[in-house]
Amino acid sequence: MKRVQFTNASLPYLLLLPQLAIIVIFFYWPSAQAIQSSFYLEDPFGFGSTFVGMENYTDVLGSNEYASIARFTIAFTLLVTFLSLSIALLLAVKADAVLKGSSTYKTLLMWVYAVAPPVAGLMGVMFFDMHIGPFLKVAAFFGWDFKIGLNYFDTAFAMVVIAVWKQIPYNFIFFLSGLQAIPKSVREASMIDCRSGFRRFWSIILPLLAPTAFFLLIINMTYSLFDTFGIVDVVVKDKAANNPITLVYKVYMDGFRGGDLGGSSAQSVILMLVVFVLTIFQFRFIERRVHYG
Amino acid sequence: MATITLDTVRKVYAGGVEAVKGVSIDIADGEFIVLVGPSGCGKSTLLRMIAGLEEISTGEIRIGEKVVNKVDPADRDIAMVFQNYALYPHMTVYNNLAYGLKNRGMAKDEIDRRVKEAARILEIGDYLDRKPRALSGGQRQRVAMGRAIVREPAAFLFDEPLSNLDAKLRVQMRVEIKRLQKSLKTTSVYVTHDQLEAMTLADRLVVLSGGNIEQIGAPIDVYDKPASTFVASFIGSPAMNLLKVRKGAAGLELETGSGLTAANPYGRDRYTLGVRPEHLSLVEAGVPAGALTLKATVNVLEPVGAESYLYASCGGTGQEIVIRVESHARFEPGQEITLTAQAKDVHFFDADTGRRVES
Amino acid sequence: MYKSKLSDHLILILGSVLMIGPVLIVFLTSTHDAVEVHRFGLMASWGDHFTETYNKVLFKEGGFTGQVTGVRMLINSLILGIGFGIGKIVLSMLAAYAIVYFRFRMGTFFFWVIFTTLLLPLEVRIMPSYEVVQQLGMLNSYSGMIVPLLASATGTFYFRQFFKSVPDELLEAARIDGAGPFKFFIDILVPTSKTMIAAIFIIMFVYGWNQYLWPMMMTNDEAHFTLVRGIKQILLVWVGSQIPEYNEAFALAVLAMLPPVLVVLIFQSWFIKGLTESDK
Repeated sequence: MKRVQFTNASLPYLLLLPQLAIIVIFFYWPSAQAIQSSFYLEDPFGFGSTFVGMENYTDVLGSNEYASIARFTIAFTLLVTFLSLSIALLLAVKADAVLKGSSTYKTLLMWVYAVAPPVAGLMGVMFFDMHIGPFLKVAAFFGWDFKIGLNYFDTAFAMVVIAVWKQIPYNFIFFLSGLQAIPKSVREASMIDCRSGFRRFWSIILPLLAPTAFFLLIINMTYSLFDTFGIVDVVVKDKAANNPITLVYKVYMDGFRGGDLGGSSAQSVILMLVVFVLTIFQFRFIERRVHYG
Repeated sequence: MATITLDTVRKVYAGGVEAVKGVSIDIADGEFIVLVGPSGCGKSTLLRMIAGLEEISTGEIRIGEKVVNKVDPADRDIAMVFQNYALYPHMTVYNNLAYGLKNRGMAKDEIDRRVKEAARILEIGDYLDRKPRALSGGQRQRVAMGRAIVREPAAFLFDEPLSNLDAKLRVQMRVEIKRLQKSLKTTSVYVTHDQLEAMTLADRLVVLSGGNIEQIGAPIDVYDKPASTFVASFIGSPAMNLLKVRKGAAGLELETGSGLTAANPYGRDRYTLGVRPEHLSLVEAGVPAGALTLKATVNVLEPVGAESYLYASCGGTGQEIVIRVESHARFEPGQEITLTAQAKDVHFFDADTGRRVES
Repeated sequence: MYKSKLSDHLILILGSVLMIGPVLIVFLTSTHDAVEVHRFGLMASWGDHFTETYNKVLFKEGGFTGQVTGVRMLINSLILGIGFGIGKIVLSMLAAYAIVYFRFRMGTFFFWVIFTTLLLPLEVRIMPSYEVVQQLGMLNSYSGMIVPLLASATGTFYFRQFFKSVPDELLEAARIDGAGPFKFFIDILVPTSKTMIAAIFIIMFVYGWNQYLWPMMMTNDEAHFTLVRGIKQILLVWVGSQIPEYNEAFALAVLAMLPPVLVVLIFQSWFIKGLTESDK
């Protein structure tokens, strides 16, 4: 904090009040409710609820459906994270390397950041559409009868493609600014010490990018888990039946569409734990990075 | 205009670190005091306590007759020039100067008069409409000074104000600060780690080390009679030669070997003996040996233009010493030389405490 | 010196095409009429129904839902984006100011109360949040759309980081110049943070504009639909229709993309600075 601070009896509390009020009402209260209702079974007709202990949790964790959705979510998260990070890194390295047009490429590659996930989803659905989608013709050429929304694998494929496309710009922005933050003198020193461009990248540049990459790893995992909701929703169009969905989508389906508040809450709490662990990692890391900075 | 009195001022941080350990200084009205010492000696903390930016743990600070321990910085009637200038980046130079006066509710035309006057003195009148980022380092420095001057405060506080400037500009601004302070006659406290800046600016120097005052005095007195080995090595450049000596068969001898002859005026067993580089001269034909003679072997000659520094070792491999010699002198590495110094230029310090020995 | 190779440019051009291509095709297709699209698929050429389609999407009531025009949705999106951006900046600047510049009892406690919200995104507590908003009677209202989204510390975190990077001496100089907490905030800190405020506003505007799940749950009254929310409606109308209004759907998608994309492009340097520097 600052060397010199104000000491004022009431002002700091007044300044914090608006933020705290909103957080208490719209964060702590709902979070507490989620935890509470995860131990209750809600009457479907709205006549009160009964305490069922851990039953909601055992139901959820014991269900085959939940297990398969969890498996898909993990695979989806890993694929989206890996692909969007590696493609973005490739583009950032190239954009950093070219002497002419670097800022033009930067502009061209970053603006998709501003496209909303469901809009990206809509566009993706159209490109994979059975009537008008150009991708189908390409797939058909290779003998792939692509059926989005009907075939589990094909739908998952489309989701991954859309989610990666949407996330590349974000990663690109961070990788590029990470690369540009590497001092020129370090690059020059490495050029004198090492002949091979690939080795230089591997032994000097990549380690220096590691903090950025690790930060992005966490961000991308949370993105794949949560922010892809819009993409999933648009692709499966409320017909989750045979389609791949993510855990967050399941929370929404069970709670909002299915009316199973207890089960949905238990799932929420499980997800909270997952994010909690991820974020603790991130916090520890942020603190470290502040030290180095 | 005012006196500033520090009475056994201490600063203990929350973690228990004692940054300032009971410092007392009486600063006269109009005096230019320089607090000097290496980083971490507590000089900045002390200045910031005078400014009111740092709480005083125990002790008392008075500006004029008023105890200011609990007085807000804005009400202490002081002005401060910061190392990084701390100019308000979004305000024009004019507004940077005027901001403090506006906050005091001063009349517009009086503010205008003072800003114009300060701008005239500092020759920044042409930049009054510019923002700080459009100024060079030296100009920003002047604006920071201007912000202090317009206040017409009882005291100026300077926190290493020249350390962000290049060498040439630093010398120029140093002269200017001195001239300005002499004409305004405002009591000033100036913090620096640069001993040259300290020597040239100060009416009196306060040499600090580890939160304690090592010595207070006029620059030339501190230079002539350093109170400790710390002051001896900190003030003066190149630093004073310090040699470990002990009582020998006849007078004193080096602890690490032979080559030194000197009298033992205080009769003690061990000393740290100090001689400044400019007080050592070569024993040649026609130059009589003084109270101290020293045999040494030349290592390297370092010409700096107006003079040269001769580095030599004495007492076997023992210790390296520096001798200031005439700029066109020629020496070869390995050359054997004999040096001498007058009794008045030889300083004796306690071998354990480092304090000056005078009896 | 590193020589840029042809392959570098090829990779970058390929990347750019993959990023821009789909959006360009969607835009071009939106200028054709529905029958044409249905028959020939996506278009890479300029059609002659641009004015007609966009006019219809923007102004015709009942384009998709029977009650809401594109303009209405555009205005709602703007309200959500701008309202969220401003709300975020005001709340988080005040809170970060208290946390960084004041020493007060329970300061650390409040810090953690606020920053714990970074742990859990809205998505994981979406059901109970819906119930709370329902109990407060805030369904189908702008405040109900905006305020619950404000319950996170992202902005506060950004401003805290930024305030910490503001030189301490600025506050010290201001205090010697006689500025109290209010004066310092208004006269010095807010003007100093201008770029940061702009950057965070852009990020938050895009975030608010692009909200989907929350507005979808919150609003069933069509007068409160946003453009992004409207996407869902298009798809629901499609189910079972003979010749889907592809062109209108694409036009709506283009409208939903255009403002945030423009903002990000125009203020690119601020936006990137805000994004990459504040996330540290």
